[in-house]
Amino acid sequence: MHEMSIAMSVIEAVVDKAREEGGGKITGIDLVVGRLAGVEVESLKFCFGAAARDTLAEGAELVIEEPEGRGRCEACGAEFPVTSFYAKCSSCGQFRVKIESGQELAVRSFTIE
Amino acid sequence: MCDTCGCSGDGGAVLRKPGVKDYHVHVGDDGHHHHHDHSHDHAHEHHHDHHGEARKVQMEQDVLLQNNMLAERNRGWFEARRVLALNFLSSPGSGKTSILEKTIPMLLEQCPVTVIEGDQQTTNDADRIDALGVPVIQVNTGTGCHLDAQMVQRAVRELDPPERSLLCIENVGNLVCPALFDLGEAAKVVVISVTEGEDKPLKYPTMFHEADICLLNKTDLLPHLDFDAAKCREYAMQVNHHLEWIEVSAKTGEGFEQWIAWLKTKLAAL
Repeated sequence: MHEMSIAMSVIEAVVDKAREEGGGKITGIDLVVGRLAGVEVESLKFCFGAAARDTLAEGAELVIEEPEGRGRCEACGAEFPVTSFYAKCSSCGQFRVKIESGQELAVRSFTIE
Repeated sequence: MCDTCGCSGDGGAVLRKPGVKDYHVHVGDDGHHHHHDHSHDHAHEHHHDHHGEARKVQMEQDVLLQNNMLAERNRGWFEARRVLALNFLSSPGSGKTSILEKTIPMLLEQCPVTVIEGDQQTTNDADRIDALGVPVIQVNTGTGCHLDAQMVQRAVRELDPPERSLLCIENVGNLVCPALFDLGEAAKVVVISVTEGEDKPLKYPTMFHEADICLLNKTDLLPHLDFDAAKCREYAMQVNHHLEWIEVSAKTGEGFEQWIAWLKTKLAAL
């Protein structure tokens, strides 16, 4: 259950930045959590409320974009969408995929009032 | 600490030493991060000033930035001091500590070894390492499910591994969460045992994807089980075709020649 740590890291990063910006209430946070990031989005949302309590981000709306995974076959070079780390190449059928994207775990922006 | 989900974040971890009763260091004591109290005050200071004008602030910042930066500092320190830091990961009960108990005496002639043990509670594993006569620090994560870079940084400060040595970091037994937290290690060693399902690499792909080498442990039990080692390896390779694979038995020492050779190659490259 590392989602609590993740939620706390998000709050910490956003609150630090909000203070740099002169404080104020954080009403929304935009996150990017790739489908291969190893983070359970529902758990993250669940933890977020608890992690945000008594901070500038208390009650902030969490908007999560979940980009799909993309892989490139190291055998034949084909690029294709992947939903897991054990993706079979759609062209040559080998399991030699290099994950190109989908592991993103980032704070994109937040809204401050 | 969050009583909702049971994870204590980084404030709750405590360092302990076997046989030293009074030794008790809180990882968060140096106040490295954790500004939650501050922000609380701040929220109140500014509460009356704002005019309700919403504006968007761009960040584009990795959520694990703090951990990753700290991990890079650890990594730089290890490199400068020529310490080979290895992060041992597995489910509970796969035999990480037994592997260390077998490995360490075989390496001591070659180089000093130090150990960081991660567990939610007890110094049981650290006691086992202590019995080998090598320096060890236990990190009790409380309810936390993984070690993070800050815990390791704090433990390393206490442990002070000597130059040209091996540092074994035994993570909390968990195949999910520790995969995401870089500690600054040179390599991740994932351990599975033949008493687990051979499809474990497929069930916990993030961990196997992040690992550099996999040790399949308890091979002495293979004659009594239906475990298909070749199948397990094939699954692991489907998740990570760069994964190195060694089959060992911490009980009989089978396969250790190859494992020790792997370690010696890494140590020689320091």
